[in-house]
Amino acid sequence: MTDISQHESDLLKSYAEASGFRLGWAKFRKHKLAVVSLYIVGFLYILAIFAEFMSPYHHSDINRRHVLAPPQVVHFVDHGGGVSWPYVRELKSERDPITRRLSYVEDVETKHTLRLFAPSEPYEMWGFIPLETRFLGISEPKRGATMFLLGTDTLGRDVLSRIIRGARISLSIGLVGVALSFVIGIVLGGMSGYYGGWVDTAVQRTIDFLQSLPTIPLWMGLAAAVPPGQDPIVTYLMITVILSIIGWTGIARVVRGRFLALREEDFVLAARISGASEIRIILRHMVPSFASHIIASLTLSIPEMILAETALSFLGLGLQSPAVSWGVLLKDAQSLQVISQAPWLLIPGLAVVITVLAFNFLGDGLRDASDPYGKT
Amino acid sequence: MQSATSMTSPLLEIANLKKHFGQSRGLFKYDPHAVRAVNGISLTVKEGETTALVGESGCGKSTAAKLISGALAPTSGDIRLRTRDGTLLDVATLRGSARKKLWRDVQLIFQDPFSSLNPRMTVRQIIAEPLRNFGIARGEEATMIVADLLDRVGLQSNAMNRYPHAFSGGQRQRIGIARALAVNPRLVIGDEPVSALDVSVAAQILNLFQSLKRDLGLTYLLITHDLSVVRHSADRVAVMYLGQIVEENTTAALFSAPKHPYTHALLSAVPSHREKEKTRVVLPGEVASARNLPTGCAFHPRCALATDLCRKVTPQITTGSNGSRVACHTPLDEAST
Repeated sequence: MTDISQHESDLLKSYAEASGFRLGWAKFRKHKLAVVSLYIVGFLYILAIFAEFMSPYHHSDINRRHVLAPPQVVHFVDHGGGVSWPYVRELKSERDPITRRLSYVEDVETKHTLRLFAPSEPYEMWGFIPLETRFLGISEPKRGATMFLLGTDTLGRDVLSRIIRGARISLSIGLVGVALSFVIGIVLGGMSGYYGGWVDTAVQRTIDFLQSLPTIPLWMGLAAAVPPGQDPIVTYLMITVILSIIGWTGIARVVRGRFLALREEDFVLAARISGASEIRIILRHMVPSFASHIIASLTLSIPEMILAETALSFLGLGLQSPAVSWGVLLKDAQSLQVISQAPWLLIPGLAVVITVLAFNFLGDGLRDASDPYGKT
Repeated sequence: MQSATSMTSPLLEIANLKKHFGQSRGLFKYDPHAVRAVNGISLTVKEGETTALVGESGCGKSTAAKLISGALAPTSGDIRLRTRDGTLLDVATLRGSARKKLWRDVQLIFQDPFSSLNPRMTVRQIIAEPLRNFGIARGEEATMIVADLLDRVGLQSNAMNRYPHAFSGGQRQRIGIARALAVNPRLVIGDEPVSALDVSVAAQILNLFQSLKRDLGLTYLLITHDLSVVRHSADRVAVMYLGQIVEENTTAALFSAPKHPYTHALLSAVPSHREKEKTRVVLPGEVASARNLPTGCAFHPRCALATDLCRKVTPQITTGSNGSRVACHTPLDEAST
């Protein structure tokens, strides 16, 4: 009996002394979809960071003998019917004698077992760490032994490896772009909300103007200003700047809204009457109250950036081959003929969909958690 | 602790205070449709007394509280506060961080105990905020003072590390009171301090006000629409209607013999267990807009006793015998109530 009441009072104490962050985290964990999305997003970023190690092949290795090869299935049951270690079967190409069209069939006799930390040709991680092991591969590499889990493209490059490598640009462009928009958005939005008056009017009309511009023609115009044939890194940075020029408006609106709402809160007036300076009111009383809202809206604007980059590159306005991003990969799937022959070239689109959905659910959960004191 | 003479000396003097909203700036651009929220009030708050400012919603009493507490700048008029070092502070002209001098002596208790405490700060941080900002105490010393203040407002010192979400409305209001008391103010303005609370909790808070006044020699300015609160705690009452004070008197005199027809109607609206003996005065029409005030007496369209004079000439507030003040051409005498 005393134990139970002791336990209860401990619980009560921990609730009473729980900070806003802890209450928010507790609320976030109730949003199952958001928690799953958090894991998915985390997994995707690990893939992107360790792309060289995680991909089974180098993203630009060309296999002339395996052009437009279909995805190879991982088998768990061998030809005889017994359970086996996961393996793929060797692909044999056949050319139709009449149409001269190349097609592939699995050779049921030749097994290539898979293993984790498989040996591979030497390569360099991040350009300076020499490695001879990849996360997944064929245990005994020999001529003709291939593992194209998502098929190959028109030059016989492994689609899976290219998606993983493309994640590095596609996922980081969202972060870099959002970081840039965040800086512009929080400064202009904060000034707009805090000072009001003509500053507010000027910033808001600028936002109205930027948001009224049709995005694709604007991108085209700006992308035309990016000199072609540059170092991919420069193009990449230019693209993020272009995306941020539009992207900051949403964040500025959120920041301004929070400032306006908080300015009228009694506790801000109370802080002022308690003698707090304006700087202290902003940093100590207002910012902690809207930091979580900002994080949530930032999370929701990352997928917009990813989609924008994909669209730009798909239209040929953004990054160009040999740079690898999901948009660049999808550009390969532009022709109807290629898609009808090799539908697996659309799989990078699936990666975009999964990422965008995961970010949206994550942002949704963060938004719910950002106001732990409100009603559920 | 206080001598008898200083107890009755004026702590706060307000003269012809005005606040008009939406008025365009510039000397010659007077906006005739500005909202005249506070339209020339004069009031003296004596040290050690509880003065109540009553009126219905929209009469400008909360705006008056904001003007006196320095949260809003008045359009015109004077507010003079006698500070703790004996000098007169011209509150109406204070701007920006100069107002810190005012807040050292005047503190505000808010109506809504839920929005007036920062949800992301612990009780200790909330109450220690004025201690820190006014350079009174920091660290360990501040914690000691916070514990003492919590004890004074009837909370346990283990409340210190908790966040506001763990407290009820009444407890939060006590935290707000502790914060207001932290600077040891001379004047505490309560802007509807109990109207968001249950009746029983409100009574406890009002009793807390009484005992704090006794122990600390505080002066209160209570802004309220609740006449039972006024009767329970105020020494003097000023009744506001459409931005002006229409009557001011001691609580006892005002409740027993209201002179202004509006006060009379207001008092008759209070439910009584002796309902049959009372005749309730029902005012016709609605409160006029503060954007478009009637000519003459602002109350004349609803007044049963209005004359032509009332319709044309605005009555000035006049001080009668025994210090009562009324702004009416046809004040009620004691026989007619």
